Amino acid sequence: MYCQECGKKPATLHFTKIINGEKTEFHICEGCAREKGEGIPGTPNSFSIHSLLSGLLDFEQLGAPGMGSMQQQPLRCEECGLTYAQFSKIGRFGCSNCYQAFSEKLDPLLKRVHSGTVHSGKIPKRSGNQIRCRKEIEQLRRDLQTRIEHEEFESAAQLRDQIRELERKMADL
Amino acid sequence: MSSHRFSQHALSEWMKNEGPEAEIVISSRVRIARNLSHHPFPLLATNQQAKDVMEQLTNVSQSGRLAALGSFETITLSDLTELEKRVLVEKHLISPNLANESRCGAVILSDDESVSIMINEEDHLRIQCLYPGFQIQEAWTLASGIDDIFEEAADYAFDEKRGYLTTCPTNVGTGIRASVMMHLPALVLTNQINRILSAVTQVGLAVRGLYGEGSEALGNLFQVSNQITLGQSEDEIIDNLYGVARQIIEHEKAARSRLLQESKLRIEDRVKRSYGILCHAMIMDSKESAQRLSDVRLGTDLGILQDVTPQMLNELLVMTQPGFLQQAFNEKMSPEQRDYRRAELIRKQLRGETDHGGARI
Repeated sequence: MYCQECGKKPATLHFTKIINGEKTEFHICEGCAREKGEGIPGTPNSFSIHSLLSGLLDFEQLGAPGMGSMQQQPLRCEECGLTYAQFSKIGRFGCSNCYQAFSEKLDPLLKRVHSGTVHSGKIPKRSGNQIRCRKEIEQLRRDLQTRIEHEEFESAAQLRDQIRELERKMADL
Repeated sequence: MSSHRFSQHALSEWMKNEGPEAEIVISSRVRIARNLSHHPFPLLATNQQAKDVMEQLTNVSQSGRLAALGSFETITLSDLTELEKRVLVEKHLISPNLANESRCGAVILSDDESVSIMINEEDHLRIQCLYPGFQIQEAWTLASGIDDIFEEAADYAFDEKRGYLTTCPTNVGTGIRASVMMHLPALVLTNQINRILSAVTQVGLAVRGLYGEGSEALGNLFQVSNQITLGQSEDEIIDNLYGVARQIIEHEKAARSRLLQESKLRIEDRVKRSYGILCHAMIMDSKESAQRLSDVRLGTDLGILQDVTPQMLNELLVMTQPGFLQQAFNEKMSPEQRDYRRAELIRKQLRGETDHGGARI
């Protein structure tokens, strides 16, 4: 069978597209497949998950038009320099800090892709200790605040010492 | 030198053992994505940064921490020829992304090729474990153990809220992708496959044909995998996949026994017709070979054919791929030449004409 595009080379890629129940068959050679760059599985420039994602992200930007005359700095990750606009084009992050930098925009995206937005699986053993420690400190700080508001200074002082102790421990981890 | 070994044999050692439900589930795989903190992801890393990551991660394999699990070998991608890379992709030992797009890419392979640890793929670290048959739980346990070994030596990019941070937001959280590869000829023959596949996608799983898509999947091979990585724990993800795959297995079994009861002669004819063609044809394109090999596999599972083993078929699955064909005959081929050589290889394998008993070429 010869390529249905150029008619010169033998067709080596055979695939079937089904869109809304309508079936189209393609038989083309590798060269033409590359040129077409269509969603052909297995070709180097095949339609990727990233372009799908960037579709979702673009949609988001359209859905949230600029706030009137407020001139906003473009959202950018300080660590790797990736801007949110770039991220929404390539659908990939540049470094782990991007998750912090774009944090406010991520919830809707992650909700669409996953079943939730908060991790509930494995925690690394070593750095996990630090996370547990940090969580405890955060809780103690909140307690401390309430004690101070209630003018319970004695117990507040105890909490402050506890927090210092934990912070020292964390520095050692 | 020894990367040669990985690309010479079509059948990985791990595939030679028969796993549970082997007549339907070809293999189970778990892949874990991890990144190092304070290093830009491979996409934006400079060459020097990518090199640093590669050195840091390959050091783990040389430090002996992995040794308890068997012997491992590190292969730098830049040391491989294009053809060798292609063969490793066809054996599912490395991803097309690592083969074609990585900078300072490397792969750490276990001797039996059941563990493949990719470095500087889309993420810094990708740990992949393959098991024969239906052993998805086992694959996760092993992959998680290897993950722990790397975590001892490297600081992972981990966030309390988002979990393990990955280059692509579709992997964030647990970073795991678990999949089972299934041979479902009876569900295809009885036109039940689309109904089942669309049900599967509604419970957060994805299905794709191993070669081709949907009901048109070549060789009736389907890969079922989790789509969700955030918001569910690893155990939930694995259990969910296990439960759904278990149901698909039962449906396929029921469809097979119904086929045998209601149209035994037709099935027998189909199987033997395909077997005859594979044994004698002079030209065989990849589409036809995938379909005929699927018929023969079904015939073997149903006891219609006695001379063919699942191992021979698994081997043919890899051997008939374009990269492996060219490697086996040591020449660059046009698609027509490939079809001719493919037919030759299948004839030899099925009629036992190889010099090495079919184990290698």
